[in-house]
Amino acid sequence: MDILISLLDGIMVALQPINLGLAVLGVVVGLFVGAMPGLGSVNGVAILLPFTFVIQSITGGATSPMIFLAAIYYGAMYGGAISSITLGIPGASTAVSTTFDGRPMALSGRAHIALVAAALASFVGGTIANVMFTGFAPLLAAVALSFGDPEVFALMLMAFATFIGLGGDDIPKTIFSICIGLVLATVGFDIVSGEPRLIFFDITGFSHGIRFLVLAIGVYGIGEMLWTINTNRHGTSMTQVDVSARSIIEAIKEFRHAKRGTLIGSFLGFFVGILPAAGATPGALMAYGVAKLTSKDQSSFGKGNVNGIAAPEAANNSASTGAMLPMMTLGIPGSPTTAVLLAGMVIWGLQPGPLLFTNQPDFVWPLIGSFYVSNVIAVLVNLAFIPVFLWMLRMPFTILAPMIFVLSLVGTYAAYLDMFDVSLMVLVGIAAFFLRILDYPVAPAVLAIVLGPIAEPKLRQSLLFSDGDFSIFFTRPIAGPITMIALILIFLPLIKFVKNKITAKKT
Amino acid sequence: MTFTKQLFIGLVGAIMVTGTMSSVAVAFEPDKPIEFIIMAGKGGGADKMARLMQAIVEKENLSSRPLFPTNKSGGSGAEALISAKNASDPDHTIMVTLNSFFTTPLRQPGLQIDNTTFAPIGRMAEDSFLLWVHKDSGITTFEQYLETAKADGTKWVMGGTGRAGEDNIITNYLNNEFGLSMKYIPYQGGGEVAKQVAGKQLNSSVNNPSEALGFYESGDLIPLVAFTDERLPLFPDVPTLKELGNDFSYFMQRAVVGAPGMSDDALVYYTDLFTKVYASADWQEYKTKQSLMGDFMSGAPLKEYWNAQNARHTVILRASGDIK
Repeated sequence: MDILISLLDGIMVALQPINLGLAVLGVVVGLFVGAMPGLGSVNGVAILLPFTFVIQSITGGATSPMIFLAAIYYGAMYGGAISSITLGIPGASTAVSTTFDGRPMALSGRAHIALVAAALASFVGGTIANVMFTGFAPLLAAVALSFGDPEVFALMLMAFATFIGLGGDDIPKTIFSICIGLVLATVGFDIVSGEPRLIFFDITGFSHGIRFLVLAIGVYGIGEMLWTINTNRHGTSMTQVDVSARSIIEAIKEFRHAKRGTLIGSFLGFFVGILPAAGATPGALMAYGVAKLTSKDQSSFGKGNVNGIAAPEAANNSASTGAMLPMMTLGIPGSPTTAVLLAGMVIWGLQPGPLLFTNQPDFVWPLIGSFYVSNVIAVLVNLAFIPVFLWMLRMPFTILAPMIFVLSLVGTYAAYLDMFDVSLMVLVGIAAFFLRILDYPVAPAVLAIVLGPIAEPKLRQSLLFSDGDFSIFFTRPIAGPITMIALILIFLPLIKFVKNKITAKKT
Repeated sequence: MTFTKQLFIGLVGAIMVTGTMSSVAVAFEPDKPIEFIIMAGKGGGADKMARLMQAIVEKENLSSRPLFPTNKSGGSGAEALISAKNASDPDHTIMVTLNSFFTTPLRQPGLQIDNTTFAPIGRMAEDSFLLWVHKDSGITTFEQYLETAKADGTKWVMGGTGRAGEDNIITNYLNNEFGLSMKYIPYQGGGEVAKQVAGKQLNSSVNNPSEALGFYESGDLIPLVAFTDERLPLFPDVPTLKELGNDFSYFMQRAVVGAPGMSDDALVYYTDLFTKVYASADWQEYKTKQSLMGDFMSGAPLKEYWNAQNARHTVILRASGDIK
């Protein structure tokens, strides 16, 4: 009961005019930052961090600045889906998996259904995460603490297992694609030995590793554009879009088909989010993988299955709420964005840690209250803007293609302010186009480059711990079962594949 | 008063301030955003500090152009050092450093970094190190620690940030000096290390106070000994290693440096800027709260300090076998 009273008090504070105003402003800013290719919540929050001191000097406490930043975070999670669906360029790294089904839906004239599903799934994901956060924060913090290196690695192994299901039916090509991604993920400096690896031609740009967003925009921005040009060589295509209010209502009704993906995304995303690893991006990717893997109709994924939008969108919202948990209770960020929020908290004079809930209830509960409020604002604002985004789709591809090209260039540069990244992005795009012509799935490579940098150090830290003994992944109470399930998932399709080959030979 | 009106007055004020500043014949003024390289990842001690400095500059309106922080954590600072060395505009490139500023050039001579070519803008603080264990370990004194760690041999695991960095140096010292054979596992950031000790995944750590403070306040982590010259005001009951009879202390510099090739005029400008940051109430409060030590230092004395640190780290890394 105490929790409910605290929460109600918190929501009341979050609804005070100044806080409500800041939440609306934050959501709108976040929505557009998120919708802009390349820029994600981390950029929005980092750029506006200094502005929060102005807010603090007006309102006094740390609550209002934090509500503002959290609202940007929320808005960006909603916004990321928009360019993923309408343009096929991931709006942010967290929305990469939204392009898998979002783009095909938009091309087949179902953009309105995709956008509405993304908004509603985000809302459900955010709400479920909020409820879990409110009810079980201390318990969940203990879970996060009990996850050591072998546990995180086991979880990553499970994520890799879901990949196998991502690449269509051609398993050897999928494995090849995963390997390319894993190799690219090792470029840069090694944390464990401190030595440089694969710094091609001694170019400094490789020393920070190949950034995920560079790869994602290359593959889905440039690669997709080239692909569309190639397939539509004879005549210009124009996407049919219905922007009437009736179509939006129809789309809301359609959302019932996305129930399963939404639920998978909400719970899985939250759980991945609370682990201090990388936050919403792996959460969204894993949710997509699991939604596909457990679906009765696997072949429709990647061709416009609404669950393929709902799962990652629900997951990235619930993961971003989840990532707040280790930030507040353990003082370590679960994602790049929460790292900036953490810096903000310290600057405003708060000490994150296990005692934050006890010592700073006046900060914590209004913030949690604002999660609920921002979530409602975000879904309303997003639904209101959908006709505008749909209208953009009416442009013929001959106009859209140059726009995608320019946005890809600008977006890549804006993310890290590094020209090297821009050239690399274009190269990656061209390479992805040819891979696609040769019928190699590119999604597994993209996923491998997200999870590789998390999995590799965890594997090596675990093995340092156990003196090179692999049984550490099987004997620990949490890591053991996860590893087993992962291995079964990995070998199941392989067995199936071999079986099919044998029966094919017999006939 | 409307918001636009406030904004307008604010803008006019800002223009007047910058106007008067330039009229005092300042030879250098940044004419574009200043790249502020952080030699570590997001969320660590160096990152928090850099973002606080950025915020103070913004809040007190100290610079006409904003500081633009970029994290370059690759290779124990190697990525940051290379990118500062190759900066296209050294007058608009500054960097917040750790001790990897000394150790990384020594360990990787191939990078061809001479850290004395960097511009000595200002040392903002020196961070201290303590030895931490979990409260459930039953260990309350350094002597008990030595006993347990010795008995456990290589089963005793110490976590730290990066290879051959500050944490590794202190671990090596403890191993050599007290005949221990603790295992050292490198992690990406100090926050993660503290969390691993609090979650009982690791046996001990040598975190900075700021990284372990949350868990210290909750009682999960216990400091056993401080690697400082005098007891820390925040931990008055924790003895220093010197008190216990070993002449060893180790600090981490928290300094802001300019890219090699920065003009003298720009150096004067940035030294002035960070002197003001250092003197600000926010910085002083942060220093106290996070248990930071050391006074402001810049110019020739700072370079001397670097030379002394280079010499000391050469000895340390040679002893540990990290360099020949």
